[in-house]
Amino acid sequence: MTPIHNRFTPLQRALHWLMAICILAMLFIGVGMVSTVRPDYLTLVSIHKPLGVIILVLALIRLVVRLTRGAPPLPASMPEPMKLAARLSHLAFYLLMIGLPLIGWGMLSAADYPVVVLGIHLPAILPHSNALHTLLWNAHRVLALCFFALILLHLAAALLHALVRRDGVFEAMAPWRSSVKTDASGDR
Amino acid sequence: MVDRPTSNTSTVRSLLLIAVVVLVLVAAFAFTAGWLSPARLTPTKIVNALAPPGGPALGFRRNHAKGVCFTGNFESNGAAVALSKAPVFASGSYPVTGRFNLATADPKAPDATVRVRGLSLRIVAADGSEWRTAMINAPFFAVATPQAFYGLLQASANTSDPDAMKNFAAAHPELGHFAAWAGSAPWTASYAQEQYNGLNSFIFTNAAGQDEAVRWSFVPAAKPEAVPADQLKARAADFLAADITQRVQAAPQQWTLVLTVANPGDPTADPTKAWPDDRRKVEAGTLVVSAIEPEDDGPCRDINFDPTVLPPGMHVSDDPFPAARSAAYAVSFDRRTAEDKDYPRHPAGGATQ
Repeated sequence: MTPIHNRFTPLQRALHWLMAICILAMLFIGVGMVSTVRPDYLTLVSIHKPLGVIILVLALIRLVVRLTRGAPPLPASMPEPMKLAARLSHLAFYLLMIGLPLIGWGMLSAADYPVVVLGIHLPAILPHSNALHTLLWNAHRVLALCFFALILLHLAAALLHALVRRDGVFEAMAPWRSSVKTDASGDR
Repeated sequence: MVDRPTSNTSTVRSLLLIAVVVLVLVAAFAFTAGWLSPARLTPTKIVNALAPPGGPALGFRRNHAKGVCFTGNFESNGAAVALSKAPVFASGSYPVTGRFNLATADPKAPDATVRVRGLSLRIVAADGSEWRTAMINAPFFAVATPQAFYGLLQASANTSDPDAMKNFAAAHPELGHFAAWAGSAPWTASYAQEQYNGLNSFIFTNAAGQDEAVRWSFVPAAKPEAVPADQLKARAADFLAADITQRVQAAPQQWTLVLTVANPGDPTADPTKAWPDDRRKVEAGTLVVSAIEPEDDGPCRDINFDPTVLPPGMHVSDDPFPAARSAAYAVSFDRRTAEDKDYPRHPAGGATQ
């Protein structure tokens, strides 16, 4: 039985905001690097790869923390479809945070590029294959755009909770201590 | 149920604020992706501009489309260790996958019609570190910047303005220098007689941490024999592949890797500017080409010879081309590898040329 709190634990909140910065930066770097031939291209690629590895590691840590520490219950005032959407979006976030870096690594492996991250030569995780490369390249691109759309939805929903519904959902993940009285006990 | 009732106006204000935040993020993302900047030179534009009027040859490289694979070794003599700590420069023999090629977007172009010939290499050291390079037989490049290269492609494809090329050449005098080379340099009848030049400058770092700007060339052991261009036109369309196959079957073909070290002040950012002949040269080893294979099922086919795949001890300089080439090669690679069905493989023995 996971204990019930009104807010995510400090570790969970720290991971959330750190990863929010990393992932947003990652998506902007990704679309920026593929649209330029300037020397920035190489700089951006050299940030994109290690940042992907960092996000993968943080996501795996975060998954373990989530499974062991759980999440605060959603407010009883939230309609069921909204709760379902919230839970599905969290699932999608975990799949993308873990899946996108692995797809990127697999894509480079399938293209037979050496995967060198911060001077460390990582092993290929897939064999050299045009078919695999094409599949993963398309997936990396489409899923990254979906990730950005999901973040926009997540941000809009978070602000809706904070500014309109004021039901404590935003405060559960807010980095600061909030004066808003929360209404997060779903068993009330 | 909302636990703290809010007025309708403040709700509307909040919703507007949310919409603004989302729109600002979308706009920033679109700007970063270049969707709002049609003038930005993207790798996609360069690759599109390389396509002939009839469209690209699907499944093939978008430039240097015609070529033949080889395997061999780089026999390093250890002399370049003083310049770079790259593992491939330590004394020893390192496997090479490579490709002789012609600078054309048409994989069926007759060999005698293509002025510029190329050599691409992937050299792998024992620790798995790789050095990839793609060179040409011209002694300097045609234009000074990637932007000018794109301008050249556009001008040469411009059929509506008969003065497009003339105007471009007037604005880019270095192109005349290149045209003079193309018009006067002797042709040879063999890939084995060509000298291949890296043209771009790279920074080499040795074990002591000292940096030097370096360019490199692969100088053939075979003596170049000039053959009039008209005579080459009478030969078979694929005479170069036939010639190199025959030569390598008879004996391995060799090139010496010559590294040229810049003097302080030599131009490193502009590959149209060759360095003076008296610059320090280091012979780093010998490329030995020991087997030729047709490209369609050969080991070079699905390799991107990205010139920024470099081992430790080598990195890009202020020359803007390697980055631009890396970006454009990636687009070409992503496209052609998705078009496997348009360029069928003929497993060993079934190859027809």
